[in-house]
Amino acid sequence: MNALEVKNLSLEFLMYDGGFARRYLRVISNLNITARAGEMLAVAGSSGSGKSLLVHAILGILPKNARVEGGMTWFGEPLTPALQKKLRGREMAFVPQSVTYLDPLMRVGRQVSRDKAVVGGLFDRYHLDAAVARQFPHELSGGMTRRVLISAALAGKPRLVIADEPTPGLSPHLAEHAMKHFRELADAGAAVLLITHDLELAVRFADEIAVFYAGTTVETAKASDFTDENRLRHPYSRALWRAMPQNGFKPTVGVQPYAGNLPDGCLYAPRCDMRSPECGQKIPPPRAVRGGEVSCYNAR
Amino acid sequence: MGAVIIKTIAVYVARGITLLLAVSVLSFALASASPIDPETRYRLSHPGVSDENVERMREYWGIDEPPVKRYFAWLGGVLRGEWGTSTAYRQPVLDVVGVRFKTSLALMMTAWTFSGLLGFSVGCVMGVFRGRWQDRVIKRVCLIMCSIPTFWIGLVFLAVFAAALGWFPFGLAVPPGVPPEAVTLGQRIHHIILPAMTLGFLSFANLALHTREKLIDAYGSDWAIFARARGESDVAILFQHGIRNALIPAVTMQLGSFAELFGGSVFAESIFSYPGLGAAVSAAGTGATDIPLFLGIVIFTACFIFAGNLIANVLTLIIDPRTRRSTGI
Repeated sequence: MNALEVKNLSLEFLMYDGGFARRYLRVISNLNITARAGEMLAVAGSSGSGKSLLVHAILGILPKNARVEGGMTWFGEPLTPALQKKLRGREMAFVPQSVTYLDPLMRVGRQVSRDKAVVGGLFDRYHLDAAVARQFPHELSGGMTRRVLISAALAGKPRLVIADEPTPGLSPHLAEHAMKHFRELADAGAAVLLITHDLELAVRFADEIAVFYAGTTVETAKASDFTDENRLRHPYSRALWRAMPQNGFKPTVGVQPYAGNLPDGCLYAPRCDMRSPECGQKIPPPRAVRGGEVSCYNAR
Repeated sequence: MGAVIIKTIAVYVARGITLLLAVSVLSFALASASPIDPETRYRLSHPGVSDENVERMREYWGIDEPPVKRYFAWLGGVLRGEWGTSTAYRQPVLDVVGVRFKTSLALMMTAWTFSGLLGFSVGCVMGVFRGRWQDRVIKRVCLIMCSIPTFWIGLVFLAVFAAALGWFPFGLAVPPGVPPEAVTLGQRIHHIILPAMTLGFLSFANLALHTREKLIDAYGSDWAIFARARGESDVAILFQHGIRNALIPAVTMQLGSFAELFGGSVFAESIFSYPGLGAAVSAAGTGATDIPLFLGIVIFTACFIFAGNLIANVLTLIIDPRTRRSTGI
């Protein structure tokens, strides 16, 4: 079942260009993802590809100068601001990435939940000592912080769990632990949306992977497709695959375009070795290729 | 936590003693270097005094002794509790300071509480409405308030609330002609309101603007994003987290403002003829040039300001767990 469907999402910020000149700066364009109940979808992309902003858009906590276009649906129902407000913290849970997301002056237990029984249950589940509830965020270790943040997100009964970069800064062992926690949540029936730039972990734990580039999805495919370059469809996914240490560590010429100077047409075209004249016209719409979805005119 | 607090207090008290010594040396040196000559003053206040008597006076006060010797004689007296005699009030300095401080303390604490509560709440309101018209209007009012001098707002209050409306008396701490034991608490409060408001307006806007900044930072922080993602509204974030986070700088600022408070009370007390320590400073510093009282008030004020900073540091330890080393409470 589709828990969350994001279709053709665009996100722009109203900027002041000195004086009274105003313009909209586009940071997400034509983005499509679908998070299914019981599955884990990893969103992979480099820094600045709009991953965190997508999370804020889904939760409805964007700043006031943001303008969202396109559709989002929640179990088939339009995801309106009113519905987002109702779901936040209850059916939609957000797992942030670091200790800075906890109020430094409040004891950890109260931040997880005001219900002590709930805190006790979650701490048991994530092997946290009961005494941790009385500690302040700055007293926690990295691994403890990670488990506290997951506990805080799960204090409601979420049907969608969104984890924003849950592994950077953790040892491989702890990162694996964190991923296992999210896998468990998916296996228990929740839809899990994992924002990450660790493609390797995503391949091992996720069901599907959506590749982000400059604020748009270029390819969505089964995680297993990412074990072999030839099973990938989009030139950027392949470049990403080749850039992984175990696959040769090969860089690609050029840089990701940033908001404000996006090219016309396909956002990857300027760096693409497969580009054809039509790539410069219009962003390619997503289409099905070999069981995956790719936004590329030339993918086979 | 107790041990950390006791250690902090001990360290600060040790620093405080050196501070007071430095203040005493500096103020004594300034008083010695000032053009106020005790002999001239003595001759002025005792017309027709004989040269012989003046000579005796010089000897009695040790005017011809070297300054260092005079300083230690004075410091020894201060330590023994003999702060000298006020020439303006013809009473021991400690008595004058003690009586006047009590009157001033009532005024300063009323003003301080008033500006603290008002400043912090106004700051919180601006924080919640940040960027919207409510915030912009209040912010402008605060900026104007910051630029208004105490004496001017005092005169306006007098003109409006005492002269035009007649709600409050023109001055003094108690009604004139009433024996001290017959003065009621209500009368005292009635007399304190205008000077306290005048004094409070000095710092409330400043505190409000600082609290606003701190709250805007808080609303932009990662933990505010997480709170929002968990369904908390801006007002809920304020009460759950914002107040606690904005309280540390506010407390530090408000307790650190004892010096400005004392400075402001000099103006407020002069305008309202309020018989406090501020008025005594004006009296000691102008006209009568009462050096013993002046030095006494300087030492006393230094203690007062030091106490404010000490309390601020201890409260920060209590409110902010990050400033404490030990984990147990």
